[in-house]
Amino acid sequence: MAPQSMLILSALLFAIGVFGVLWNRGAITILMCVELMLNAANLAFITFARQFDQADGQIYVFFIMTLAAAEAAVGLAIVIALFRLRESTDVDELNLLKW
Amino acid sequence: MLKLIWLIPLLPVVGVILNGLFGRRLPLKIVGTIACTTVLLAFGLSVGAVMNLAALPENARHFETDVATWLPLGEMVTGSELNIAWGFGLDPLSAVLLLVVTGVGLLIHIYSVGYMQHERDYARFFTYLNLFMAMMLLLVLGNNLLVLFVGWEGVGLCSYLLIGFYYDQPFDKRTGLSCADAGRKAFIVNRIGDFAFLIGMLYLALEFGTLKFSELNVALAGHHTPGWLLTGIGVLLFFGACGKSAQIPLFVWLPDAMAGPTPVSALIHAATMVTAGVYMVCRMSALYAGTPEAMAVIAAVGAGTALFAATMGITATDIKKVLAYSTVSQLGFMFAAVGVGAYVAAIFHLMTHAFFKALLFLGAGSVIHGLHGQQDIRKMGGLRAKMPQTFLTFFIAMLAIAGIPGLAGFFSKDEILAGAWNGNKIVWGVLSFAALITAFYMMRLTWLVFFGKYRGDEKTWSKAHESPALMTVPLMVLAGLSIAGGYIGVPAVMSGWVGLGDVNILHHWLAPAITEAGGHGAAAAHGAAAAHDAGMETMLILIATVVAVLGLALAWMMYRKDGVAATWAKRFGPVHTMLRNLYWVDEFYELVILRPFYAISRVFAGFDRWIVDGLVNATGVTADIGGQVLKYFQTGLVRNYALMFLFGVLVILYYVVRAVAV
Repeated sequence: MAPQSMLILSALLFAIGVFGVLWNRGAITILMCVELMLNAANLAFITFARQFDQADGQIYVFFIMTLAAAEAAVGLAIVIALFRLRESTDVDELNLLKW
Repeated sequence: MLKLIWLIPLLPVVGVILNGLFGRRLPLKIVGTIACTTVLLAFGLSVGAVMNLAALPENARHFETDVATWLPLGEMVTGSELNIAWGFGLDPLSAVLLLVVTGVGLLIHIYSVGYMQHERDYARFFTYLNLFMAMMLLLVLGNNLLVLFVGWEGVGLCSYLLIGFYYDQPFDKRTGLSCADAGRKAFIVNRIGDFAFLIGMLYLALEFGTLKFSELNVALAGHHTPGWLLTGIGVLLFFGACGKSAQIPLFVWLPDAMAGPTPVSALIHAATMVTAGVYMVCRMSALYAGTPEAMAVIAAVGAGTALFAATMGITATDIKKVLAYSTVSQLGFMFAAVGVGAYVAAIFHLMTHAFFKALLFLGAGSVIHGLHGQQDIRKMGGLRAKMPQTFLTFFIAMLAIAGIPGLAGFFSKDEILAGAWNGNKIVWGVLSFAALITAFYMMRLTWLVFFGKYRGDEKTWSKAHESPALMTVPLMVLAGLSIAGGYIGVPAVMSGWVGLGDVNILHHWLAPAITEAGGHGAAAAHGAAAAHDAGMETMLILIATVVAVLGLALAWMMYRKDGVAATWAKRFGPVHTMLRNLYWVDEFYELVILRPFYAISRVFAGFDRWIVDGLVNATGVTADIGGQVLKYFQTGLVRNYALMFLFGVLVILYYVVRAVAV
């Protein structure tokens, strides 16, 4: 597959992720959309690594995967704690911290 | 021992450290012993150094040592290098001062051990007193003007600390000053003079590229400096001396300096510190030799102060204030002598004055001590019976300051009057009149304190007592000096009467250290002495004696019987009121200087409060309002934040992409 197509796919995935974060109110969906954006970035890294025949991009991908795993663990833990407290995961209801 | 002179000012510092750090926990006797021992050692070292100096041939009596570099300023505008060192020097002039300061200082330290023993803060007192000794010795021994200035400021500081020693006590009912206020007044008035001194010193440094006295003397001998600059420097330095030595117009602090303990008045405000101005002017004799205009200013101010302050002494009722006006007046005599070129006479009078005025103050302290704090001479009288030793020594000092023949004050005052006669007849007339008044008010003081009937309350009288030996022995030593001190400067005409030649030791001793106008010291001094005929000098001596006796007799006639003085006071009503209020000088300064100054200060305070503070506060208010508006972006909705985040990223991305594209 040509690198242009892969970059377009990556951009598409990222846009879907952004849209999902802004549109959805469920905390779990938002977390999933964040994962989508991270993986879109991964795809771009891989594409460039392959295009320029360099390993840097692949190394970054490993880092991002580790980071994503940690983020999912912490994020889900927060969501569970939140659900126990409020019996809801709607982020729009969590608006106490404001002016 | 000459090489060790830098140690002399450091010895009292040991006392400062010991008493300052541990004094509060030490018993009184040890504190007093430490303080006196350090001064005794300094005195011993001084005597040794001066003896070594005297052993040198007359023209080689000059020693200098630079202990450390202080300000290596390098090349100056004039092209010469200006490097200022912690330098010490000893020459005949500083030797006289050195012996007077350490000798009289030692006696007063011993006296203070007795005088202060019932006072609180005993250790603090001796710490300050030792610090004063250190600073005064630095002033005397410094071999350049800047080291002298350090000592000059240091003694000013100690003076301030000691005047305000009883900082929580009220002092003067007429002006409502507390002791702390009196100290502050002394400090601020001195600062005005010091500022002029500093400017004069900087001009000297710029013009001659050095502040060392020995180099300045050489530079001034072959200078091509315009006369107006020399006059300006001379007057500026003299204005500094006016502050320190309490001359018109800066004399107002000295009467209020009497708020300090009496030994302080004796040491600082009579014998040593206030004479620093005279010493400085004599030190700079090479400068003043080149500027007759500045000399004329000094002579006029000195003679004016001598008369002005003497008249204020007539009506004062506080025993120490009478002596304070007397000190101002006697300092005026010294400056008048310097102004007419009679430097030796000025130093001579400085020395004898240190003896008899310290004695008068210590005697007054003894009276105050014996009467448990009473200072008002209207409530004294007849104390001769209760305090025979104090009376006898005080009486001797009174005769000495009045100028009765045979005593120290007679010789020195006579020499000043002779110098004034040769220099300027008006100065001579003013000084003679001041001498008459001096004799008058000193007799008045002595009579009101020691003669007549006691006028205070019975209780104090029954408790009145002679002071302990610690206090009376220094009195006796000083009384001895007040009698014998004059014989080192007997005028040639008088030693001729008893068949001796020229035995004026002081003249020969000081001649190499002083530059007089129109030639080097020795020749000029002896030339002047020989020039005017002996008959004229004999007549001057006779006039001075008659004046002294007349003053004493007038006071005796006026105060012998009660009521005579009151009648005279009524007869001269307005004059009496004017003298009682000290010519309203303090009120005048308040009106002309203080009030406008406060008014200007209020304007600036307003500027500070409204404009400067206003700007600062406006910054705060702006930030506050901005925060009040911007806080509404903090909605609490996570998705709003994400949206703003996205906008932010897009904006940054736009700029990055544009930069790359270009």
